[in-house]
Amino acid sequence: MPPPVLTGLRAEAVVAGYDPRRPVLDRVDLTVPPGRTVGLAGPSGSGKSTLARVLGLLHAPFSGTVHLDGEPVTGYRHRTPHAQRVRIGVLFQQPRLSVDPRLTLRAAITEPLLATRAPRQAERVAELADLVMLTPDLLSRRAHEVSDGQLQRACLARTLALSPDYLVCDEMTTMLDASTTAALVGLIRDYQGRTGAGVLAISHDAVLLRRWADDTVHLTPDGVLA
Amino acid sequence: MVTELAVDHVSVRFDLPGATVAAVADVSLRLRPGQCLALVGESGCGKTVLASALLGFLPGNAQVSGSATLSDDRGPTLDLLSATDQQLATSVRGRRIGLIPQSPASHLTPVRTARAQLEEVVRAHHPAEPDPRGRANGVAARAGLSPADLDHYPHELSGGMAQRVATALALVGDPWLLIADEPTTGLDHHLVEGLLEEFRRLVADGHAVLLITHDLAAAQRVADRIAVMYAGRLIEIGPPSTVLDAPGHPYTRGLGDALPDRAFTAVPGMPPLLTDLPPGCSFAPRCDRVGPECAELPTLAADAEHAVACHRPC
Ligand SMILES: Nc1ncnc2c1ncn2[C@@H]1O[C@H](COP(=O)(O)OP(=O)(O)O)[C@@H](O)[C@H]1O
Ligand code: SF4
Ligand SMILES: [Mg+2]
Repeated sequence: MPPPVLTGLRAEAVVAGYDPRRPVLDRVDLTVPPGRTVGLAGPSGSGKSTLARVLGLLHAPFSGTVHLDGEPVTGYRHRTPHAQRVRIGVLFQQPRLSVDPRLTLRAAITEPLLATRAPRQAERVAELADLVMLTPDLLSRRAHEVSDGQLQRACLARTLALSPDYLVCDEMTTMLDASTTAALVGLIRDYQGRTGAGVLAISHDAVLLRRWADDTVHLTPDGVLA
Repeated sequence: MVTELAVDHVSVRFDLPGATVAAVADVSLRLRPGQCLALVGESGCGKTVLASALLGFLPGNAQVSGSATLSDDRGPTLDLLSATDQQLATSVRGRRIGLIPQSPASHLTPVRTARAQLEEVVRAHHPAEPDPRGRANGVAARAGLSPADLDHYPHELSGGMAQRVATALALVGDPWLLIADEPTTGLDHHLVEGLLEEFRRLVADGHAVLLITHDLAAAQRVADRIAVMYAGRLIEIGPPSTVLDAPGHPYTRGLGDALPDRAFTAVPGMPPLLTDLPPGCSFAPRCDRVGPECAELPTLAADAEHAVACHRPC
């Protein structure tokens, strides 16, 4: 099979939401090209997170398609083909909701490696922890024993574990102070620089997007891109 | 009588198996009516623990020292740290100090409308009120809600609405002091503006506000003083323009440089481990100005207009 042409992570005419009579997103087209950071802004309730979940392959649209480097995605959530799922990483606003509070940070970062039976897991976790600057002491703490900033670093490590080609960051820094925000955005940029990954950066903070994204698109309250 | 909250040398430690977390260390501050003090610092630095200590919400493994004296004409002068839960529940929480908690939606009862919850609190605080409904509407209006807004269940409220309901609940007993923990997190820009405007109005009305936040820009817009916390200690306190534009502490300077409309560079190194703080200045491992004298703990001058706990201020 020839290598896929890198045309990006693309939403095409996506209609999505929670009630088919009142979709949140109305025929949205959006492309996240490899190596680029696309900012997505818009008021709360406009559907930013819904679009994040569709592009993260976690929520099936009512109609329209998501293309991953030219290949249409055929299933969402657990129906996503494994090869496609591992190419997209998603980070959310509230790290507490994404990690079982009883897991140690080490166990949380290991999860995707275990699930994919990756080789050299301990080494890989050490590498990832180093990358996001988590000390061994923090790795052995449970999620409920660390701060939001520390937990979000662990979530970033876990998301990078399978080296995704695209990252969807949904209000990833909203809970965090300015310094942790700058640190995490810096880590994502470094990863992008090394791997050529494409990033969708969602935030209600216009100042942050102006600094972080290459281009920014706006979702209106009616769920269309402007 | 002076209406005041005087926090003196407050420390809070948590005992964990095999370790002690020094979450708050030797914090002193004062708040009076007509003042808004913003407490800023990175996540995990001890802001919420300090607020919880003042309201008696600490878990059982916490050890508290110091004092927090509440004096006003609403009740007896009281040390909040040694008061019983009964005293705090019946005479302090909601009546003398109102709390707007971190993530307000999770503090509302899911199966009852905002109105039912607000009217219940109205009846608890004002048993003689002939018109609890009218009073609830009045308080709601002060928090920026219309009477119709109150007829929703918590899951039907947007983040901004839930925030306003929490503000209304905190205002019902007309406490003179409000403690708001990260009230702007996740709110859209115009809602942040509205909320800060409400805080300014309350302060102008003679309330005192302790605004806990990691958002420096919000702190700058509403506070008359900013206190910066690092590893459980206050390391700088002063007027917003001084603290943000001419900071004395290298950590405060680093926080300002991290803003996306400034250098957008992180403070180097890792946030401190509260189980394993170095002796002397806890910022030393990350500080580019560190010198031999920093092995000694720097202290914050009491009651100065602008105070910095640093041996080699910027
Ligand atoms: N019940 C607890 N047991 C042990 N450590 C705790 C407990 N609650 C909070 N901490 C620790 O106390 C420190 C301060 O936390 P917190 O006040 O929530 O920070 P902030 O509000 O500034 O983000 C953190 O290191 C946190 O992990
Ligand atoms: S006391 Fe020393 S180490 Fe601490 S902030 Fe000041 S210069 Fe840096
Ligand atoms: Mg907090």
